[in-house]
Amino acid sequence: MPPAETILAASGISKHFGGLAALTDVSISVRRGEIFGLIGPNGAGKTTLFNVLTGLYSADAGVLAFDGRPITGSKPHRVAQHGIARTFQNIRLFGGMTALENVMVGRHVRTLTGVLGAVLRTRSAAAEERAITQRALELLDYCGLAARTGNLARDLPYGDQRRLEIARALATEPKLLALDEPAAGMNATETTTLRKLLERILGDGVTLLLIEHDMKLVMGLSHRVAVLDYGEKIAEGEPAVVQRDPKVIAAYLGGTVA
Amino acid sequence: MSITQSRWRWLLWVIVALLLLAAPFLIEATLGRAWVRIADVALLFIMLALGLNIVVGFAGLLDLGYIAFFAVGAYCYALLASPQLAIHWPFLLLLPLCALVAAVFGILLGAPTLRLRGDYLAIVTLGFGEIIRVLLNNLNRPVNITNGPQGITLIDPLQIGGFSLAQTHSFAGLTFTALHSYYFVFLTCAVLSIIISRRLEDSRIGRAWVAIREDELAAASMGINTRNMKLLAFAMGATFGGVAGGLFASFQGFISPESFHLIDSIMVLCMVVLGGMGNVAGVVLGAVLLTALPEALRYIGPLQQRWFGEVFIDPSDLRMLLFGLALVLMMLFRPSGIWPARRRRAESMTEKQHAAG
Repeated sequence: MPPAETILAASGISKHFGGLAALTDVSISVRRGEIFGLIGPNGAGKTTLFNVLTGLYSADAGVLAFDGRPITGSKPHRVAQHGIARTFQNIRLFGGMTALENVMVGRHVRTLTGVLGAVLRTRSAAAEERAITQRALELLDYCGLAARTGNLARDLPYGDQRRLEIARALATEPKLLALDEPAAGMNATETTTLRKLLERILGDGVTLLLIEHDMKLVMGLSHRVAVLDYGEKIAEGEPAVVQRDPKVIAAYLGGTVA
Repeated sequence: MSITQSRWRWLLWVIVALLLLAAPFLIEATLGRAWVRIADVALLFIMLALGLNIVVGFAGLLDLGYIAFFAVGAYCYALLASPQLAIHWPFLLLLPLCALVAAVFGILLGAPTLRLRGDYLAIVTLGFGEIIRVLLNNLNRPVNITNGPQGITLIDPLQIGGFSLAQTHSFAGLTFTALHSYYFVFLTCAVLSIIISRRLEDSRIGRAWVAIREDELAAASMGINTRNMKLLAFAMGATFGGVAGGLFASFQGFISPESFHLIDSIMVLCMVVLGGMGNVAGVVLGAVLLTALPEALRYIGPLQQRWFGEVFIDPSDLRMLLFGLALVLMMLFRPSGIWPARRRRAESMTEKQHAAG
C-alpha cells in the first residue's frame, strides 16, 4: 500500500467569538481517499471548524493547506475552486430554483460562459450550457433524484433535500466533500441509502469529511475519526480505538477522566 | 404534435410582430397622437424595468435609486449632443457610451454596498439616487456643466446619415412623424432588452444571480464569486438604464433634474414588482400597464365634466388613490405579481434531453 498522502492539513486552528473559544489549537489531517469522521458533543466546534475550512470564517490562528496549496484565509468561492465542496447542517438549498437548477449552479465554478457568450449565445456557450444540463441530470440520477428534476428545491421532502445538497456539491467536482450531519433527521431506510451513496462517492475517488451524530453510521463508515470537545481535539485515530478512549467516553457521557 | 405546436407558435409570433409594427398607426387612428407618445414612453419604461429586474428580480438586490442610471445616461447624451458644451457627437457613438458610463456608475454604487442587504441596501441606493439628482441640479456653478435646474435644451435628435428622426417622413403611403420614427427605434431597443434579459436569465450568469438571491452564503460556498456577480448585476442593470436615458434625452430634446426624482425610481420598481419580479414577460406587462393606466385616468376629469357638468375629483388625486389601492390589492391577492416568475421549464428541458439522447 502506498503511503497515505495528506489532502487536507489544518494545524493549530483557533477561533474565538468574543470571549468564547470555539476552537483552540485544533489540528487535523485528512488523507486522500478516506472517510474522515469529525464527532463530538453539541457545541464542540465541529461546524465552526467546517466553516473555517471552507472559508466562511477566517481563523484567528492556524494554517490550512489543501492538496499541497495553502488556503489559509481564502474566500469561500476560492476554496470551492480549489476543490472543497460542502453541505450544510441546516440545509441551504436555493429554494426557489428547481432541483436541476440547484445542481446546475454547482457547475458554475467549472464553467466559463460570461455575459457576452450568454447574450450572443455563441456556439461554445450553447455547448457548455448543454454540458451543464447533462452533467446536472447525471448527478441527480447518481444521487437518486432523477424523478425530482423539475421540482422546486423547497418543495422536496427532507431526505431528498439532503441528497440534493450532496448532488449540488458534487457538481463542483470536489476532491474533498465536507458533509455537515448528512443523516440528521433521516429514518433508518434513508440512512442506509445515504450510506450507500457516500460509499459510492468514495469509490469514485472523492475524499469525505463527515460530521455526524449517528454513531453507527460514522463509526461504520469512517476510516479515521477526530473527536472535538469544547473546541479542542481530544482524540484522533481509528474508530475502534477512539471509541474506547476514556476521554471520549467522558466527553459523551459526562464526568471526569479517572 | 410538436411540429404543429411549433408552427402555431411561429404564427403567433408573426402576428405579434405585425401588431407591434402596425401599433403606432393603429393607435394614432383610434386613440389619437397623444397615445403614440405614451406608447413610446412605455417602451422606454420597458427597458428601464427590465434593467431594474436584473438587479432586483434576478440578483435580489433592492435598489431604490435606479432612476439615477437613467439620469446618467440622459445627461451623458445631452451633454455630448447639444449646444450646452457645443459638442455634437453622433448617436451611434453616444448610445454605447451612455451604456458604458452608466455601467461604471453602477459599479461605483455597487462597490460600497456589497455587504449590505435588504433595508440597508435600499436606504443606501435611495441616497445614491438623490445624490445624482442633487449633483445634476448644482453642477452649474462655478463652471456651468449641467445648467442646473434649467436643464439642457436643444438636444440633438437621433440622426442616421442625413435621416433625422425629428422630421416627418413619408414612406409607402404612411406618414412617419417623430413619434412614429422613435417608436420603431425604441421598439428595437426594447425587443433587444427582452432578448438579452431572457438569455441572461437562462445562462450560467443568470443562475448565479438567482442563487445569490436565494442564499448568498450557499452560493459563495458553491464557488460563485458573489462580489463580482453582484457588481455585474448592478452594471448590467445600469446599462439598460443608461441606454434608455440616452434615448429619452434625444426623444424629449430637453432634460432637467426634475425628470429623475425618487418617485420615478419607485414607479420603475412598482412595474417590476407588480408585473412579476424575476419574470421578463411580467415585467414588460407591468411597465406597459403602469405607463398606460395613469394616462387613461386623465380622461376621468373631462368625463366628469361631461356627465355632471363639473369636476368632483381631481384626476391627479384619483390617480394616486387608485394607484395605492391597486398596490394594496395586489399585495393581498397576488403578492408575487400579475404574471409571476413561473416554475422554470426544467421539465420540458429534461424531455428535450431524453428526446435528443
